[in-house]
Amino acid sequence: MKAWLDGIGLIAPGLPDWATTAAVLRGATALTAAPSVLPAPAILPPAERRRASRVVKLALALGLEACAQAGADPATLATVFSASGADGHNCHALCEQLAGDDRQISPTRFHNSVHNAAAGYWGIATGATAPCQVICAFDASFGAGLLDALAQVAVDGQPVLLIAYDSEYPAPLHAKRDTPDCAGVALLLSPEKSERSLASLTVDATQEAAARFADPALEALRTAIPALRALPLLQAIATGRPDRVVVDYLPPMQLAVTVGA
Amino acid sequence: MTPLLLSSFTATTCLGRGLTATRTALREQRSGLAPCAFETVDLPTWIGEVAAVDDQQLPASLARYDCRNNRLSQLGLETDGFADAVRAAVERYGRQRVGVFLGTSTAGILQTELAYRRRDPASGALPDDFIYRTTHNSFSLAEFARDYFGLEGMAMAISTACSSSAKVFAAAARQLALGTIDAALVGGVDSLCLTTLYGFASLQLTSSEPCRPYDAARNGISIGEGAAFALLERVDRARAGDVLLLGAGESSDAYHMSSPHPEGRGARQAMEAALRSADLAVDAIDYINLHGTSTPANDAAEGKAVAALFGDRVPCSSTKGATGHTLGAAGAVEAVICALALQDGFLPGSPGTRTVDPQIPLNYRVDRKDAAPRIALSNSFGFGGSNCSLIFGVAP
Repeated sequence: MKAWLDGIGLIAPGLPDWATTAAVLRGATALTAAPSVLPAPAILPPAERRRASRVVKLALALGLEACAQAGADPATLATVFSASGADGHNCHALCEQLAGDDRQISPTRFHNSVHNAAAGYWGIATGATAPCQVICAFDASFGAGLLDALAQVAVDGQPVLLIAYDSEYPAPLHAKRDTPDCAGVALLLSPEKSERSLASLTVDATQEAAARFADPALEALRTAIPALRALPLLQAIATGRPDRVVVDYLPPMQLAVTVGA
Repeated sequence: MTPLLLSSFTATTCLGRGLTATRTALREQRSGLAPCAFETVDLPTWIGEVAAVDDQQLPASLARYDCRNNRLSQLGLETDGFADAVRAAVERYGRQRVGVFLGTSTAGILQTELAYRRRDPASGALPDDFIYRTTHNSFSLAEFARDYFGLEGMAMAISTACSSSAKVFAAAARQLALGTIDAALVGGVDSLCLTTLYGFASLQLTSSEPCRPYDAARNGISIGEGAAFALLERVDRARAGDVLLLGAGESSDAYHMSSPHPEGRGARQAMEAALRSADLAVDAIDYINLHGTSTPANDAAEGKAVAALFGDRVPCSSTKGATGHTLGAAGAVEAVICALALQDGFLPGSPGTRTVDPQIPLNYRVDRKDAAPRIALSNSFGFGGSNCSLIFGVAP
């Protein structure tokens, strides 16, 4: 499966955007430890903006960054959201209340509990009526999202915005699922090469081991947050050289991504 | 799209385990709904509970997956010879060439709800025996199925609320079209839990009586649970009379988190996309299995969309009065109901519905009828404005 990459969005601990991330991945600047910064989603109406959860802020900011870079109108795009879990804080609040005597949960908490909540807010904010996919594959969620996004590009012949993102669970769930912070990556994928194209991506199944970082801080990010399994692929894109990178998917199946001009 | 063969399929709901129980109940216009007596839930509502789910014992090697949702998954897989059909496909194509695409809305979150009642009084910690990954996580049912059959290839869960297990057909069809897999295990499993029972009640979307889809006096859903699966393969294996997936269409409402677009805009887009995908005109559709949740808003919006596209010609019904709304499993459950209608030659009725809403100008079937439908369309719509329509036909 092959597509052209037209735009990238990235938010991770110490990495507020793609430009900063690309500089770090090229070795031009050092990674500084800092919590992820989640911008207020200007695209939502003020009331929704104030109420927006961390995971909604994350997903919207990622998608908008990739669209802005590519000069694409989000309202026109099909989307694939892929997340290893839903809103952890909302889930904790629901489970805590359902374990108590008063089980009358808030309707807003309930509709925000669905795995596709961020995707729903994306649609409301952008007005995009195109197909919207929402995937979960635990630690393999980036790979699963990439597979369906590329398949949509190939089968439907239209651009697809992939937004892979993860968020943290608070205690006590954090002890069972220790994702440390919010982070994610958005890739705007197109069927045709254009003046916007940053690289071509061709994906094949393999059983080879995934690429790792020699830098322990980058390797820690790659392994701690499922969406950041994409970082070695992004390093190849940032350096601008043709390369072939294996990213983690679902053992024993991995994804070999050939990055071309 | 290139048509695909449903080489095996099965459904387990409150109507019973497997195709025979399902077709018998549909023939007798029987509902599987009963007053809610699930777990410690105290709500004035009716539910569609599957019998004997908790009697299922998972294989010892897969004990980490043990939870109601995966017990229901296993119960469903080991019905109608479906698991054997999957094993035969694995034999035919190899472990890396059979993909897994399963839909769910809440997976095994009941396990977490129960664990929260057993927190350590001092530390607040969850019990040691609680495993998040293989029970609560939305991927748990797909990973369970992948491990159950020893598969080594592509797998993903799709979780778009109540359209989840319709959208798995579309995702699998794309991979089959591109040749990245040779067969796909598709379906959906959702099981009863407190989150959905109390959650839909909080939105005032649950009925205090058995649900009455498209009834003038409809006042909410009856939540059900179910496991339904199909094995998708290329059509060159099809024999006359086999059921085929002919088309799939997806869209987004971009309107509201928990209410459908009032004119059914997204619903109509999904049906139009499915017709384009199947390369069929509206005249070709012989039966529509409606999403028909029995909420005032859903049935009104969906009714407008169907009427705008098909007029009042096509017989249609919602079978949620029989099965309850099985949420993330509904798409797959109703795909199987369409397959039975096509193979057996009947149009399902709508148990629970007494007076069809005169405001909705459809050819709505309250009673089951013998007929010979050749092509059926099934609608599934979910929270967040996620819509999917599927079209099924019979191999000539």
